[in-house]
Amino acid sequence: MLRFFLSRVAVLVPTFLGVALIAFAFVRLLPGDTITIIGGERGVSPERRAALEAALGLDRPYIVQFGDYVFSVLRGDFGVSTSTYRPVLQEFLTLFPATIELSVVAILLAVAIGIPAGIFAALKRGTWIDQGIMGTALVGYSMPIFWWAVLLIIFFSGYLQWTPVSGRISLMYFFPPVTGFMLIDSLLSGQAGAFRSALSHLILPAIVLATIPLAVIARQTRSAMLEVLGEDYVRTARAKGLGPRRVVGVHALRNALIPVVTTIGLQVGVLLTGAILTETIFSWPGIGKWLIDAVGRRDYPSVQGGILLIAIVVMAVNLVVDLLYGLINPRVRAR
Amino acid sequence: MKLFTRLLAATALTLALGGAASAKTFVFCSEGSPEGFDPGLYTAGTTFDASAHPVYNRLTEFKKGTTEVEPGLAESWDVAPDGLTYTFKLRPGVKFHSNDTFTPTRDMNADDVIFSFDRQGNKDNPWHQYVSGASWEYYDSMSMPETVKSVEKVDDMTVKFTLTRADAAFLANVAMPFASIVSKEYADKLAEAGQQAQFNQQPIGTGPFRFVAYQPDALIRYQAFPEYWAGKQPIDDLVFAITTDAAVRQQRLLAGECHLMAYPNPSDVPAMQQNADLKVDEQQGLNIGYFAYNTKQAPFDKVEVRKALNMAINKQAIIDAVYQGAGQIAKNPIPPTMWSYNDSIQDDPYDPEAAKKMLTDAGVSNLSMKIWAMPVSRPYNPNARRMAELIQADFAKVGVNAEIVTYEWAEYLERSKAEDRDGAVLLGWTGDNGDPDNFLAVLLGCDGVGNNNRAQWCNEDFDKLVQQAKSLPSQEQRAELYEQAQVIFKEQAPWATIAHSVVYVPMRKNVTGFVQSPLGDYTFDGVDITE
Repeated sequence: MLRFFLSRVAVLVPTFLGVALIAFAFVRLLPGDTITIIGGERGVSPERRAALEAALGLDRPYIVQFGDYVFSVLRGDFGVSTSTYRPVLQEFLTLFPATIELSVVAILLAVAIGIPAGIFAALKRGTWIDQGIMGTALVGYSMPIFWWAVLLIIFFSGYLQWTPVSGRISLMYFFPPVTGFMLIDSLLSGQAGAFRSALSHLILPAIVLATIPLAVIARQTRSAMLEVLGEDYVRTARAKGLGPRRVVGVHALRNALIPVVTTIGLQVGVLLTGAILTETIFSWPGIGKWLIDAVGRRDYPSVQGGILLIAIVVMAVNLVVDLLYGLINPRVRAR
Repeated sequence: MKLFTRLLAATALTLALGGAASAKTFVFCSEGSPEGFDPGLYTAGTTFDASAHPVYNRLTEFKKGTTEVEPGLAESWDVAPDGLTYTFKLRPGVKFHSNDTFTPTRDMNADDVIFSFDRQGNKDNPWHQYVSGASWEYYDSMSMPETVKSVEKVDDMTVKFTLTRADAAFLANVAMPFASIVSKEYADKLAEAGQQAQFNQQPIGTGPFRFVAYQPDALIRYQAFPEYWAGKQPIDDLVFAITTDAAVRQQRLLAGECHLMAYPNPSDVPAMQQNADLKVDEQQGLNIGYFAYNTKQAPFDKVEVRKALNMAINKQAIIDAVYQGAGQIAKNPIPPTMWSYNDSIQDDPYDPEAAKKMLTDAGVSNLSMKIWAMPVSRPYNPNARRMAELIQADFAKVGVNAEIVTYEWAEYLERSKAEDRDGAVLLGWTGDNGDPDNFLAVLLGCDGVGNNNRAQWCNEDFDKLVQQAKSLPSQEQRAELYEQAQVIFKEQAPWATIAHSVVYVPMRKNVTGFVQSPLGDYTFDGVDITE
């Protein structure tokens, strides 16, 4: 098991360097640069450009900049934002809890609805129920997030007035962040109604962010379930006279869930991508919105640091999933 | 629908009661996050709305709703006859804000004023680089380093600025956000504690609102400053609810989650004007959207060709399609709200037939050209791509074959400056300080060729008038020269002047006292909510 663990961790080293290189190159390949953006329509004189390049360390050869960057990151220094002048890591950590909170609730929602829907569709295979569920899933999967979000806002917040339009909590509640997770902080604050307000603000963005993973999970569950239901051991179980509930719920579902778990693990990346759009629309103060701003401002340290930190999170989650797999399924370990 | 109204009333009530029965909270749905709170470091209006306007004051201020300069922290000033020295008499008894870590021990004085400018212009000032890579962009782009020779303390309440050259726009320049007066005492205290970066995050100013807290990308809280020198504000709390998406801002305004919103989608304005709970304020923007030929490139070096193309453009169609009515046809390079605007000038008529003939007479046939379309939306040009398509179609009618090109924004700005640029560029400008010099000299002066002068146009007569106007002290005399300059501009037609946009500010019906700034700022001093 230790060897397995070490081999997995060893793979992360080149991945990390690769991501760092891509992030580093990505911001520099974008047309336009920090200094031109700072100047805007007004422009920057060549002397000022030279002075600013020197101040930001952009006048050095790329290889030196990159080397310096990697070693700084290894020491935990992700640099300082060129627009807010605050440390990148500090900005990221301030905003990341909001993204985690939204993503966790979204994935729970996706799992809670997606798996039962998939099972149900598999059991009713070929009927209009199956068609209906899978059709809806396909629509959900293809839905442009920004459009879907605005549609929900106009209907639920604008017309029905059931949910607040955007933000994380009503403006009447004001308390300093403790954990950064609004659901927890609102409880800790002891202010009456704060938790409810935080929860009601979370509903629409969570639904929007959950839509694509939900569709994927439902489709994956359905096909895995169909495959398993065709296996011999399920027929045997049925032949033994077990009730359908037990056959499906215990025997079939367990095995069907293995590929579904993989899918859920893979959704972490999808969630973080989706979060960028969702957060922008719902004014949700997470890393997605922050990263978009940073790209627009050509804030090199923030963009490359942000990409790298997100990649590190995804890598960490995948490592955990891999290790769990090893624990659950000995065959993976042997390979 | 009844349920809808009842819910709306309930929401409004909750919101009203939300700030506790006594405190009046005003919520502004702003369009983006401020980069920081030290106005000297930035150029974005969004950042100034959150820092310079609520928190700080300047020596001079723009009179509400105008670009006229009035006394601010300086009670009065003297200008030497040669225009080279400005002596400001400071307002006594002006208090700075306090926060958890800082309580001022003295009132604002000359040291604060000198510090506010010195840190921007003097590379040896320890606060010049208090955050790494600090860039004093506006101070530089308004040519302050070349203009200001020295800033001296005459006595505690008197400051003297000595200039290297007479600059009639100087009083307007020191009213700009970058020239906000910061607290030297606060700076010293932070330096002592080694916490210089706080200066940009926990601002201390003399303005109408005290900064309370910023939750990044979510909201900013301010409190009315009880000891504000011009009197306490009618509202108690000011909140900026940061909402990036215009459609979402609109929904929040409709739901009563905010009292006033920035930058609505032009297409949503008519519906909001109809809404019984809202009112929409409108004002001419201090801007110009233009189409600059490269006057160094054949055949655009011929006046007749430029004139002919100007006559081929159907501007009214552009106003309708691109600005969706929220704009007006431009005939001059400066907006009509600006002093010295020459209203006697006649715009080139829209006349494709005559244009065609002029081109033939000029010996131009089968002309092919490029039209550069900006990739971003700006108030002065909400949709350059669409505008380019309309101009392309207009040009086709007079036998000119145009190709539309575009680049990523930063690239676009850079490439369009080149003197050998191929084609005509769509771009625009928003005024910084309400001074005509800020348009005419910056965008059309000979110094700007290869830079901000996208037409690469250097006309000696025009340039002489504009330079001369800069050194005259009286506004009347300057206006006369600028009016003449506009006549030359129209005759020479380096640009097709397209439009000045209209800025809309939707707000709840019960908001009073909000006055739009022609400079496009959102300022909330004097704003109130009636029940």
